[in-house]
Amino acid sequence: MTDLSAVPGTAGGAKKSSILEADARTRRRNAAEARFKVYGMLAVATGVLALILLLISILSNGLSSFRQTFVTFDVPLSAETLDPNGNRNPDEMSKVSTFGYSPLILNGLKEALSARGISVDEVPDADLANIISRAAAADLRDFVLANPQVVGETLSFEFLANGRIDGFFKGRVTYESAERDSNVTPDQLRVAEAMVAADLMETRFNWGFITGPDASGQRPESAGLGVAILGSFYMMLVVLVLTLPIGVAASIYLEEFAPKNRFTDLIEVNISNLAAVPSIVFGILGLAVFINFAGLPQSAPIVGGLVLTLMTLPTIIIATRASLKSVPPSIRQAALGVGASKMQSVFHHVLPLAAPGILTGTIIGLAQALGETAPLLLIGMVAFVREYPEGLPQGLFDPASALPVQVYQWTQRSDPAFVERASGAIIVLLVFLVLMNAVAVLLRRRFERRW
Amino acid sequence: MPVLWIVLVVLAIGLAGYVLGRQRALAGVGGNASQLHSLPAYYGYNSLMFAVVPAFLVMLIWLLVQPIYVESRISTLIPDSAISESSTRSLVMSDVRRVAEGLDAAVASGAMSGDFARDLRTDLTDVRARLGEIGIALGSDVSPAVLLAAQSYRATSGTLSMAMTLVVIGLALAGLATAYVRTTPEYRARNTVEAMLLALLMLASTIAILTTVGIVFSLIFETIHFFEKYPWQSFFFSLTWRPSFEGGSDLGLLPLLWGTLYISVIALLVSVPIGLFAAIYLSEYAGPKVRAAAKPMIEILAGIPTIVYGLFALITVGPLLRDYFAEPLGLGTSSSSVMTAGIVMGIMLIPFVSSLSDDIINAVPQAMRDGSLGLGATQSETIRQVIIPAALPGIVGAILLAASRAIGETMIVVLGAGAAAKIDLNPFEAMTTVTVKIVGQLTGDTDFSSPESLVAFALGMTLFVITLGLNVFALYIVRKYREQYE
Repeated sequence: MTDLSAVPGTAGGAKKSSILEADARTRRRNAAEARFKVYGMLAVATGVLALILLLISILSNGLSSFRQTFVTFDVPLSAETLDPNGNRNPDEMSKVSTFGYSPLILNGLKEALSARGISVDEVPDADLANIISRAAAADLRDFVLANPQVVGETLSFEFLANGRIDGFFKGRVTYESAERDSNVTPDQLRVAEAMVAADLMETRFNWGFITGPDASGQRPESAGLGVAILGSFYMMLVVLVLTLPIGVAASIYLEEFAPKNRFTDLIEVNISNLAAVPSIVFGILGLAVFINFAGLPQSAPIVGGLVLTLMTLPTIIIATRASLKSVPPSIRQAALGVGASKMQSVFHHVLPLAAPGILTGTIIGLAQALGETAPLLLIGMVAFVREYPEGLPQGLFDPASALPVQVYQWTQRSDPAFVERASGAIIVLLVFLVLMNAVAVLLRRRFERRW
Repeated sequence: MPVLWIVLVVLAIGLAGYVLGRQRALAGVGGNASQLHSLPAYYGYNSLMFAVVPAFLVMLIWLLVQPIYVESRISTLIPDSAISESSTRSLVMSDVRRVAEGLDAAVASGAMSGDFARDLRTDLTDVRARLGEIGIALGSDVSPAVLLAAQSYRATSGTLSMAMTLVVIGLALAGLATAYVRTTPEYRARNTVEAMLLALLMLASTIAILTTVGIVFSLIFETIHFFEKYPWQSFFFSLTWRPSFEGGSDLGLLPLLWGTLYISVIALLVSVPIGLFAAIYLSEYAGPKVRAAAKPMIEILAGIPTIVYGLFALITVGPLLRDYFAEPLGLGTSSSSVMTAGIVMGIMLIPFVSSLSDDIINAVPQAMRDGSLGLGATQSETIRQVIIPAALPGIVGAILLAASRAIGETMIVVLGAGAAAKIDLNPFEAMTTVTVKIVGQLTGDTDFSSPESLVAFALGMTLFVITLGLNVFALYIVRKYREQYE
């Protein structure tokens, strides 16, 4: 006490300090505190901002891909060119190639234009024909071969507009850029504008983007996601059918029955390591084992499904074990107490109580598998596939694409219209992911029990 | 008989077994179930498992072994003279397989009769043209030796498939009969069923080991093939990467490794500070409302597939960096660059670093915080001088795990980093990584005998070893740290 009371005296004229008035050191410390807090806020804000930017970038680039420009006009299906023998036999009519159909479309277009009073005299025929998608002739031919009785009639058809014309209405192509682009001329754009004014052309929602097959690099307007969605669906089916029983069985063994020994340790170490192995290594495994060794076909959903199964198993095992662990031991003890065997206590009591957690984990694992791309590139899923795979189970062995791989493929093409479509495909992918995660969250909210 | 049908038949036998086994047990006690050792259903399950499990196991093994056996058998049938200078035995074998599949398809579609396909001779029929008619394109004309081998391939596979059908269905019936005979009221059916079930559960858990073994073996075998064709010194120490499929390629690992590490370092420079500060803020400062809003948003970043980040790099971040940084500064004109890939990958890793750090920071005992705050330290001083040092080993582990993620990441670098293999310091140059080259060398039609394709396996091996090392080390640190406070 004496020391303390002596302090002011020895310090001489020291400044009086008050807790109401911060001294320099406290101010410095408080400033540091505030700065530190701001760093933290900035970090959180950066993360959130990155997410928002990412979503804006994808949405702004991709939303337009769901709308497409269509051209509607009457096409005279002249019998002389389409069915020279006049017997409406599809086999003989199939000798007329798409080159036979293109002039018909061009004529129909010209008539429709002149009927609306749009002068196209200064536009060369080739440019005029190019306003319509290159896929139009093939579509028309397929339609005529499927319905031979329509030959000779004049029917109204709806064709896709060329990708560049479509791009003009979406702001991707302008008169200035058309000057420099060898694929589109300003004249074509002028005609297209006139056609919109005359109700021949309109931009609206395009189901073909979601259900149609892929198309070659020349016709981005008709490229669709149908084959990829079906392929992804088949793969998810394989993953679900294999991971759920195997994952649950493995988790039950490890969590409820496994003795603590070296073998169990080995399995545990393996599972935690597999969860961290880069996904592309699983692709190499799939290529070496399933394709080169077992001789399964390339690009087939079954191979993709098997690779993704091996990849998602660790995730599902970890989730399942967590939910088995959360069932309190008293449940097991009560079951054993009334005479159930160990196996009965697990299958009759623990497993049903853990089921919501297991399902949630499985859905999240599936969502992860749905978005995985790299391993699928190695097992040949990048092949250009236009045919829909057949129904199950044969379809598992047919070539197919997958949603994320389709995105990758489209980014590799030169036509800028494919960037829009790749972003559109991502939106479809994200919608599926959001739906799956929403189901998982709902399941958890609805059924999860806190013990 | 197609495999699907065999499966269905075996399942049908199993179902019959369930009904029969249950009935026999009940009949043995005159319908009084209380005199049985186990519940009646267990006798049914017992018969079902006896019928189905061995049959399916044998079928699985048979399906795996049969192609290998047929392959090796047929391969000895091809005389050396039938293998031309430019070809190899494996190429001829793939021809044989294609012809055999073609004949199968021809018979299945009705274009040829089974006898006709069996007795076909190249000097009498143009096999290539006949198969072409039904839509099976062959790369070259079919030589007599290949056709003969293909026919014997078909015959052998046919015989073996027939044998498999008989063996599998026979086994199912035999299993059913065994179980049926053994079913008596005293039979301990529940114990048998549970023992078999336990064995199946154990089998399922060994899949993880099998996968690892599969990865290691597939990598090792092909890597050995690669080093037989290409000197390991040049692979590990050469500074150039210039594959050319005409031969004389330079396949040096170092430029790829440089690109990988450079991009990973940038990704960590982005993700570690942001992730760490976000974790600190959310666990130490943020109120419950902010936390409930911000935490899921950051975690959404972790659920977004990497192809989405790749596209983000390609169409947004790349052009942005090029137009506002690289070109004004005169550092490059490429939109795909180390910086692009690094920044986007950094964003991807933010939730990874933050959620791991969050766990670790929360594991630091509250008493340590209270002690520090009680001595008059401000909150930030407590975090910097008490919590971070205590959590440091765990945080280092988290950073190592993030690094292993960054090194193994594929789609972001495929779309964002470029394909030029070079060693350069300029972060706005396009560079390439190990994963990009694995995709590049193995995509499309590849010939698995050239070093240019096989190098992908050596690259995969390198990747596997590096990431495995990082993971094991990181998990060791994290685990050791966790035990410290428990």
